[in-house]
Amino acid sequence: MNRPYEKNISGCGLIGLLNRDRRRVSGGVIVPGIRLLHDRTNGLGGGFAGYGIYPEYAELYAFHLMCDDAAAQIAAEEFLQAKFAVEQAEEIPTLKRHPGISNVPLLRRYFLAPKISPEETEEDWVIAQVMHVNAKIDGAFVFSSGKNMGAFKAVGYAEDVAEFFRLEEYEGYCWTAHGRFPTNTQAWWGGAHPFTLLDYSVVHNGEISSYGINRRYLEQYGYRCTLHTDTEVMVYLLDLLIRRHGLSIETACAALAAPFWRDIERAPEGEREVLRALRMTYGSALVNGPFAILFAHSGGMVGFNDRIKLRPMIAAEKGKTLYVASEEASIRQVEPDLDRVWMPKAGEPVIGCLEDART
Amino acid sequence: MTTIEAQGVYYRELNEQLRAAVRGGAKEVVLEGVNGQRYIAAGLAVRAKIAIKGVPGNDLGAFMNGPRIEVFGNAQDGVGNTMNEGAIIVHGDAGDVLGYGMRGGKILVRGDVGYRVGIHMKAFKDQVPRIVVGGRAQDFFGEYMAGGILVLLGLDESNHRPLAGAYCGTGLHGGAIYVRGALPEHNVATEHVRSRPITDEDEASLRPLIEEFCELFAYEPDEVWRVPFSRLTPVSHRPFAANYAPNV
Repeated sequence: MNRPYEKNISGCGLIGLLNRDRRRVSGGVIVPGIRLLHDRTNGLGGGFAGYGIYPEYAELYAFHLMCDDAAAQIAAEEFLQAKFAVEQAEEIPTLKRHPGISNVPLLRRYFLAPKISPEETEEDWVIAQVMHVNAKIDGAFVFSSGKNMGAFKAVGYAEDVAEFFRLEEYEGYCWTAHGRFPTNTQAWWGGAHPFTLLDYSVVHNGEISSYGINRRYLEQYGYRCTLHTDTEVMVYLLDLLIRRHGLSIETACAALAAPFWRDIERAPEGEREVLRALRMTYGSALVNGPFAILFAHSGGMVGFNDRIKLRPMIAAEKGKTLYVASEEASIRQVEPDLDRVWMPKAGEPVIGCLEDART
Repeated sequence: MTTIEAQGVYYRELNEQLRAAVRGGAKEVVLEGVNGQRYIAAGLAVRAKIAIKGVPGNDLGAFMNGPRIEVFGNAQDGVGNTMNEGAIIVHGDAGDVLGYGMRGGKILVRGDVGYRVGIHMKAFKDQVPRIVVGGRAQDFFGEYMAGGILVLLGLDESNHRPLAGAYCGTGLHGGAIYVRGALPEHNVATEHVRSRPITDEDEASLRPLIEEFCELFAYEPDEVWRVPFSRLTPVSHRPFAANYAPNV
C-alpha cells in the first residue's frame, strides 16, 4: 500500500439507498447509480458500505482488514486473537484479478466476540482495538468494524471495485457508494471511501478545511487519525457526538454544520440558546469547507450538506426507499420511476430511519 | 423531425449524433431516454429545436448560441452555463448555478431552482439574458449579478418555503430581479440591493416574459399579475468597494 502524507481533498460522486422496511437487495443494485457518476471520479478510489449483509453473524463484530504483507497480517491476527474470540476468519471474497484493480493488499475478514471485563464499555473498547491496529501495527488497517455491515473499498473506479469484491453476492437494506477524485494527495486503498468506525460509515464529496482543528480535538478523546484523508474526522466526530455524547442526529448535525450566528440570533427563544450552547461547546467540531456526505449506520442513512451548498446533493423517495445522490440521474439509473425528488436545504440533514429503529 | 435514442449512450457520442443531425439540416431533434448525459448541446450555434425526454446531465446548453431546448423532466446543475443565445425551457425543477455567467438568451423553468441561480449574469448592449422561475429559489439567487433579468414567481402557493433562500442579491451590481410578492427581508442582501414596487417601465419589460411563461406552462396571465411585483435594484455599482484599500 502506497501511503502518502497528510490530508486529501476530493470532488467525487456518491449515492446511497435505504430501504426503511429492511428489505434486503443485492449490492449490485446500487452499482448502476455510481457507474453513472463515473465522470465525476478519476479511478483513484471507489467503495461501498452495505448494511444487513452478515445476518448469520449479526451479533459479532465483522472486521475487514487490509495488510501490506504477511508479516503485518500475522501481527494483526495475533493481536485480534488476544483480544477477541475469533468465531470465523477468512479471505474477503474477490475476483482473482480485475483489469481495473491493482496493488491488491491482503484482504481478510474476522467475525469477533470481544473478550472484555464487565466494567468496560464494549463499544469504546472495540474502537480502542481498531485504533490500536491502525496506529500501532505497521501495514495493517481495519477498514470496517461494525456488526452485520461491511465496507468494501479499493483504488479503482467504483464499478470495478464492485466487481472485484463481488458485491452482487451480498444483500443489504442500506447501501452507500462512492467514486473518488482525490486532488490533494496520492490515492491508496485505505484512503478510499467509505470511512468507518463500528457500524458508522461516511462517504464524502468535498473538502474538510477544518481537518487540522477537528483532528486535534478528536485526539483529546482518543481517536487516532491514521488514514491520511480528511473524511476520516467526520466519522469520528459523528461517533463522539452521537454515540458517546448521546446527541440526536439532528443535534449532532447542528453542531457539525452549525447555523451562522446571524441565523442563530433569529431562531425562536429556547432553540436560540441551544444553538448558541452547541456552537460554543462544539466549536472545534465545526466542520468547515464544502461537503456533501452520506452517513450510514445500522438504524438508517443521513444525507448532509455544508451550510451554503458547495457540493451537489439531491434526495428522492420511492415507496419505502430513500435515495440520496450527487445527481438525480444517478438515482434514476437505479429507480427510474420515483415518487418524489427534492433539493434539500443546505446544512439541514435528510434523515432516513428504519421503521423499526430505536431512536 | 429526427429522433435520437440516448439511453445508455455516452455523452460524447450523444453530442456527436446531435451535432451531425443539425449539420445535416435537422430543424427539430428529439432526444429520447436521456439520463445524466452532460454538456448536451454545448456550444451549438444553430437555430434548431431540441426536445429532451428524461433528465439531462450537468451543464446543459453550456456556451450555447442559438438552439431552443425543451426539457420534459427535471434538469440538474449548471443549466445554460455561460450561454449566449437561444432558449432553455424546463418543465420540471432545475438545480444549482443555473444561468451561471449567462450573457444572452433565456431560460424558463416551471418548477423550483437550486442555489446560486443567475450568478454572475451580465448584459451588453442588446444582449440581455433572462431567467424566469415559476417556483421558488434556494440561497444566493442573483449572486454577483451584473446585468440581465431574473424573475421569480413562486406560483405554487401550497409550498410554504420562502420565495428565495438567504443571501438573495449578494454582490449584485447590475440588472434586475423581479419578484412576485415580496421576499422576507432577512433573506435579502440589503447592503447590496434595495426593494421597490415595479414601475410602468418595469412592467413593460416583464410583460412579454410572463406571457411566454404562461403560454408554455398553461398559466393564466391574470393569475400571475394578481400579486404585485417588486424589484430588487443594486445599491452600488461596486458593492465591495469598501473591502479594498482606497486608491491614494
